[in-house]
Amino acid sequence: MSSTVLELENMTMQFGGVVAVDSLSMHVDKGEIVALIGPNGAGKTTAFNVVTGVYAPTNGIVTLRGKTIAQGHPTGKMRKLYAGSYIGKYGKLITNTPDKIAEMGISRTFQNIRLFKNMTVLENVLIARHMRLESGLLKATFHLNQQEERRIKQESLDLLEMLGMVDLANENASSLPYGKQRYLEIIRAIATEPRLLLLDEPAAGMNPQETDELSQFIRDIKDKFKLTIFLIEHHMNLVMDISDRIYVLDFGKLIAQGIPDEIQNNPAVIAAYLGVDEE
Amino acid sequence: MISIVLPYLLSGISVGGQYALIAIGYTMVYGILRLINFAHGDVFMVAGILMVYITSSGVPLYIAIPLVLIATALIGFVIERIAYKPLRSAPRMSIMISAIGVSYTLQNLVLYITGGLNQYYPTIPFISESVTIGTATTKMVTIVTPILTLVLVIALVLLINHTKIGMAMRAVSKDFETSQLMGIKINRVISVTFVIGSFLAGVGSILYFTNYTTVIQTSGAMPGLKAFVAAVFGGIGSIPGAVVGAFIIGICENIIKGLDIILFKAGITTQMLGLTTFSDAFTFALLIVILIVRPTGLFGEKTTDKV
Amino acid sequence: MIRTQTNKQTTMKRPSVPTVITFFVIAAIYVGVFVLEQVVPSTSMLFTVLKKGAIYALVAVSMNLLNGFTGLFSLGQAGFMLIGAYTYGILTIPVAQRAAVYQYYDGGIVQFAMPVIPALILAGCFAAIFAFLIGLPVLRLKSDYLAIATLGFAEIVRSIFQWDKLGAITNGSNMLRLFPTFNDFNIKNADGDVLIYFSTTMPFVVVGICIAIIIALIHSSYGRALMSIRDDEVAAEAMGINLARHKQYAFCVSSFFAGIGGALLAMYSNSVQAKSFTSAMTYEILLIVVIGGIGSVTGSCMSAFLFVACSEWWLRFLDQKQMIGTWQVPLLRNGFRLVVFSLIIMVVVLFFRQGIMGTRELPDLFRRKKAKEAAK
Repeated sequence: MSSTVLELENMTMQFGGVVAVDSLSMHVDKGEIVALIGPNGAGKTTAFNVVTGVYAPTNGIVTLRGKTIAQGHPTGKMRKLYAGSYIGKYGKLITNTPDKIAEMGISRTFQNIRLFKNMTVLENVLIARHMRLESGLLKATFHLNQQEERRIKQESLDLLEMLGMVDLANENASSLPYGKQRYLEIIRAIATEPRLLLLDEPAAGMNPQETDELSQFIRDIKDKFKLTIFLIEHHMNLVMDISDRIYVLDFGKLIAQGIPDEIQNNPAVIAAYLGVDEE
Repeated sequence: MISIVLPYLLSGISVGGQYALIAIGYTMVYGILRLINFAHGDVFMVAGILMVYITSSGVPLYIAIPLVLIATALIGFVIERIAYKPLRSAPRMSIMISAIGVSYTLQNLVLYITGGLNQYYPTIPFISESVTIGTATTKMVTIVTPILTLVLVIALVLLINHTKIGMAMRAVSKDFETSQLMGIKINRVISVTFVIGSFLAGVGSILYFTNYTTVIQTSGAMPGLKAFVAAVFGGIGSIPGAVVGAFIIGICENIIKGLDIILFKAGITTQMLGLTTFSDAFTFALLIVILIVRPTGLFGEKTTDKV
Repeated sequence: MIRTQTNKQTTMKRPSVPTVITFFVIAAIYVGVFVLEQVVPSTSMLFTVLKKGAIYALVAVSMNLLNGFTGLFSLGQAGFMLIGAYTYGILTIPVAQRAAVYQYYDGGIVQFAMPVIPALILAGCFAAIFAFLIGLPVLRLKSDYLAIATLGFAEIVRSIFQWDKLGAITNGSNMLRLFPTFNDFNIKNADGDVLIYFSTTMPFVVVGICIAIIIALIHSSYGRALMSIRDDEVAAEAMGINLARHKQYAFCVSSFFAGIGGALLAMYSNSVQAKSFTSAMTYEILLIVVIGGIGSVTGSCMSAFLFVACSEWWLRFLDQKQMIGTWQVPLLRNGFRLVVFSLIIMVVVLFFRQGIMGTRELPDLFRRKKAKEAAK
């Protein structure tokens, strides 16, 4: 059996009275491509935000390769408002800021592209290398780390070369066509040296041909960089094509999980997407 | 003990009421435009200068007072149209810089007109008269201020909760874009906000300068900043919050001003500590503490950023 | 083996033409200042502008590092300048003069004097330490709350330095004076006649070094990290950039140089008094940054000199009555200069939001010219 990279156990995220994710338990194993799907507003991005440390979970636990990266239980006002279950099961509060999570090896892209718009393609990638820098502020300011600076620049250029964007290295990120911006976000995420890559709707706004190319690209990077991939996507062709396993969320609740064939024929999933006829 | 503290408490309540009238302008503008209107304190100062010039030209007080209030409201309206409206879609930092520019311009304009000399504020009958409450002798304005403040605030709250324009204001402060899409005339709502805010600052200036007697181009800066702190303290965007915050700050500040004497007279200290220096600093220390402990203030609503 | 080879190749690379031109332009400015100082009488208004302009340039650049490059809207600059100015004053007043300066406090408790340069560095360090302490809680705040909190902090500092109980160190609300100034850098002969003037070159050199360090920071990996925070805080954090730490870096570095700027201002004006470091001073510096272009070091420097030249020199005539023949020009009297000045600033803020330079720097100017020529 392959080892588990990411595991969520009974993870609940509640904002005031709104339960965005309700007791979600799932896991992503090493080398897998796992998809999280569901209708709009099902809580998919919220789940990503909990994993990457943007939100602290209201209840439940998140582990990365067996190490707890987030754990929560309802506190303060939430104690009264809390609508989920498994109360009292999770003790100590553990939170990590997004930068710590990135350092531990989880990197992500965003649903609405969040590149550094006023910077070049190369600079966008260089920023992702920044946290792996060894020199401190003073050393870097007085440019006493030339060797290291050159090294990360070369590594970034190599990465861009490998993924076919080296020609655009000195272009402004905001001047790239939409599709290229999506790719750049993925490349930037890879530059942080993640083990687990989270892609939030990578194919949003792409046509079928571009989506096919993206599927191939995701497979390629998975093999080249020995990644585990966890993605949110609405393009079912892409999801069914590349995913090893799929989880389906609806109104914050996990309604189905399994391999693509099982999901395609699952009545609960079909009902969630198409609505049910009530007679 | 009470008799030692009473005079400071009274002037605290009075100053608090004056701050409250300025703070409402800050809190309403912030609620709608998410802008710290740095020029608001200077509008308050200009109202004071206007009064000096209008009365010295021989206009009787019963005409001068309404004239000053109308002119102040008009100034608020014009500032918004010239300096903030063109920057509606600009980054927030630009609008804030524009506000600082307006503040700088108003101060320099008044410096030019007055020649940088202290202007003596006219004596307004009734509120300038002395009264004695218990052990403290003070001006009538000390008693009038809190009452007038409360009356105006209640009127304002009624306006906001029970009129069409009030409803529009509430809608705009909840969601700027959506209310625009719903057909609310944003520019009118914003203008009304500035007019109300400036009008109240005008009322505040009459009360404040009756107490302090002189006006100079920098007179608005400190009360302005303090009123802003009061608005933040009470939870920016909330009118009752601004009023409560203003009273708390006014009282604390005046108690600190007198703390040396209070402590000395009460026999707690044997020498003066020079704590008066800190009456201004205290306000800002309070601001920093409140921002850290409870950034939304006493009555503010919590908002979460969307990723 | 292979790595050393590639290193050599990159170091051998010739600097680009715009960089070379920039270097020569800056060198020419320094030589020009030095020569002017020897030729033009030292009482000329020119030197007032050059000295004060250089100091304001440094403070404006340090503010730009925060507001323009890191996207932190801070209004605490005057507070940090005050700390720098006092640190410098307290540390450098000659022991023999202390009794005269601290006349109400028995000569004060500091009974030693330091040389100028170490005192300048310490002035920066003290400002940075204060920045670090205040930054711990305050930097978590969002844009306008940060602005108001830092403004408040500057006011608190001003009160503390005026506190009577600290008079033995700060001289209370009295001014500090009799410390070394720029004129002490002129080389004099035994009779006290000046042989070589350095009183303007000295601040230029100090400011030049400081700005060079800030530019070096901006062009390092940390500079990029700061700009990424400005562009998109959420994305920067997701890329592993520790927001708290990097904001703190920017805040402390900016305050360090504001502190040095404050110390230089003390040297320039021969005295220090807490009450002159008001929020109006911070606003002035902010307006310099805006006029120069938020995010351009060159712009901040240029507009600092322009601002000082206009307010101290070129627009002075607006403050006096002027006669054209027998006709007296209306409006001109004391204070009119500042009115004109404020209106110019409002025009820039409203209609030329890019300022003089936008985000361009000096080398970009030459680059653009070259590109235009190539296009022909």
